[in-house]
Amino acid sequence: MKRFLLLLLLILLGLQATAQARLTIEIVGGAEGAQPIAVVPFRSDAGGAPVEDVAQVIAADLARTGRFKPMPGRDMLATPHTAEEVDLRDWRLQSMDNLVVGEVVRQSDGNYEVRFVLIDVFRGEQLANMTFRSHQAELRFTAHRIADTIYERLTGQPGVFTTRIAYVTSEWGVEGQRIVLRVSDADGHNPQTIVASKDPILSPAWSPDGRRLSYVSFEKRQIAIYVQELATGRRERVAAYKGINGSPAWSPDGSRLAMTLSRDGNPEIYVMDMASRSLTRLTDSIGIDTEPSWSPDGNHIIFTSGRGGNPQIYKIPATGGEATRVTFEHDYNGRASYAPDGRSMALVTRVNGQFRIGLLDQTTGVTRLLSNGGLDESPSFSPNGTMVIYATQHNGRGVLAAVSVDGRVSQRLSQDLGDVREPAWSPILR
Amino acid sequence: MNKRFTTVAAFFVAALLLAGCPSKPVKEPEPEPEPEPVAPPVSEVRTAAVPERGLPPEFNDPSNPLYQRVIYFDYDSSDILPQFIEVLRAHSLYLSTHPRANLVLEGHSDERGTREYNLALAEQRTHTVRRFMLAEGVAGKQLETLSYGEEKPAHPGHDEESWALNRRVELVY
Repeated sequence: MKRFLLLLLLILLGLQATAQARLTIEIVGGAEGAQPIAVVPFRSDAGGAPVEDVAQVIAADLARTGRFKPMPGRDMLATPHTAEEVDLRDWRLQSMDNLVVGEVVRQSDGNYEVRFVLIDVFRGEQLANMTFRSHQAELRFTAHRIADTIYERLTGQPGVFTTRIAYVTSEWGVEGQRIVLRVSDADGHNPQTIVASKDPILSPAWSPDGRRLSYVSFEKRQIAIYVQELATGRRERVAAYKGINGSPAWSPDGSRLAMTLSRDGNPEIYVMDMASRSLTRLTDSIGIDTEPSWSPDGNHIIFTSGRGGNPQIYKIPATGGEATRVTFEHDYNGRASYAPDGRSMALVTRVNGQFRIGLLDQTTGVTRLLSNGGLDESPSFSPNGTMVIYATQHNGRGVLAAVSVDGRVSQRLSQDLGDVREPAWSPILR
Repeated sequence: MNKRFTTVAAFFVAALLLAGCPSKPVKEPEPEPEPEPVAPPVSEVRTAAVPERGLPPEFNDPSNPLYQRVIYFDYDSSDILPQFIEVLRAHSLYLSTHPRANLVLEGHSDERGTREYNLALAEQRTHTVRRFMLAEGVAGKQLETLSYGEEKPAHPGHDEESWALNRRVELVY
């Protein structure tokens, strides 16, 4: 009886957890001038087994970027599944720029073949014609790969639909507060627990190969920096000195980890060589120095410093040297990180007492606001540089929001229960 | 399955387990939970009147300054406000006359600004309190500092009143 009850409890709690843990995405800002595209529902030869709606996943991915406006299925005059079945006139009539058709075919070994064709309707040209082999459990991922391909062919930039997002949730349960570091697909699906604790977890940072996460955890009343391998769950405490051990940031080649340590009494920026674990101290000021972030070429580090009286962004060579001030607008600038092309940086800035996400253009020195909340924080670029995800408040709860850097589209990612914060967008995973 | 049903059923089963079956705890692989108790209700945190077991009676006497074990700070500041000097002197005197007593200074900030900067700011608050106590004759080995930044608010609100209650150093014996 006891065993049965335990099992039942576990199952029920498990159901609860999956019901609550998923992030749901809501598009909250419209997109003008989005390209019309038709993604025809794929022919599914599933042999009765339930199969992921591949076309729907692709269409949702494309719509979330704000660059595409997928045609509703009910407006389609025809539903072709192969290039041969397409009559271009059906689509020209409805001013579709592009058309995606495809099919999901079950193989004798139980796996699936997903075929798709991307057609430029005006020119009548095939822009892509590909076949992916996929396990049933990976059909959703395959749909994201197809969306990546379509996005890249049509915009010239890599798609990021197969990337992932790390974030921290805080929930109250029977045992008190529970802080969980999770990783989900970029569309909020497939959340996985990386670490769960009763104590705070913050500042997740992806290694450049996307295989490891570094984060700060307060387990056992000791603030420490951990590095955890995602595939195995194996982790290592890399910094647990006296005082603060915070703000881990990987160098672009993954060989070094910048961090904030206050072991000498004051928070300073250090760089740890991951092979030898040796530390180099970069800063020496009486104010707070924290939140290091690498330039894409790895040559210098930007960080937040209170040395001038209020928090501003400074820049220092990664091997040490003179720090120079980067931000001059607004009286609070923090947590800056470079866009992948290095031309701009996302940061937290205070305007009229409101903390918002800003995009600082390096050449003009002008900061453009990307968000309009009051407590917005923790901006993180998508690896293709088109979006910034950040933490904000909605109806008194912590949620994530993503905005395109051109400001055309914004979306909200929230969980059924609890707060979500500290998003970190993964690199492009190969 | 209906979520409400699963909730109710889960609690029901949990209650049965707790009532009838003193068994091995159900746990997922996660860091060892520390023995620290769950945060008390907000009303208790407001007045800092959480009686602690094992502490001498003067700590639970509201008319004694040792009763107060939380001090508050101005926004973006780690300066000790004049109204808390007496409290800190009383604790310093207690520590210097009880050399075997130890104190952890837990620093906190409000939620405005970035998390890591607030971690540093809250640590600075613990350092100013520590320096004050050292000057009052407390031995360095009796004091430990720990900064939580904005991660453990005493009050969950997003307004001036909550923020004022969250910018604090807690004196934990």
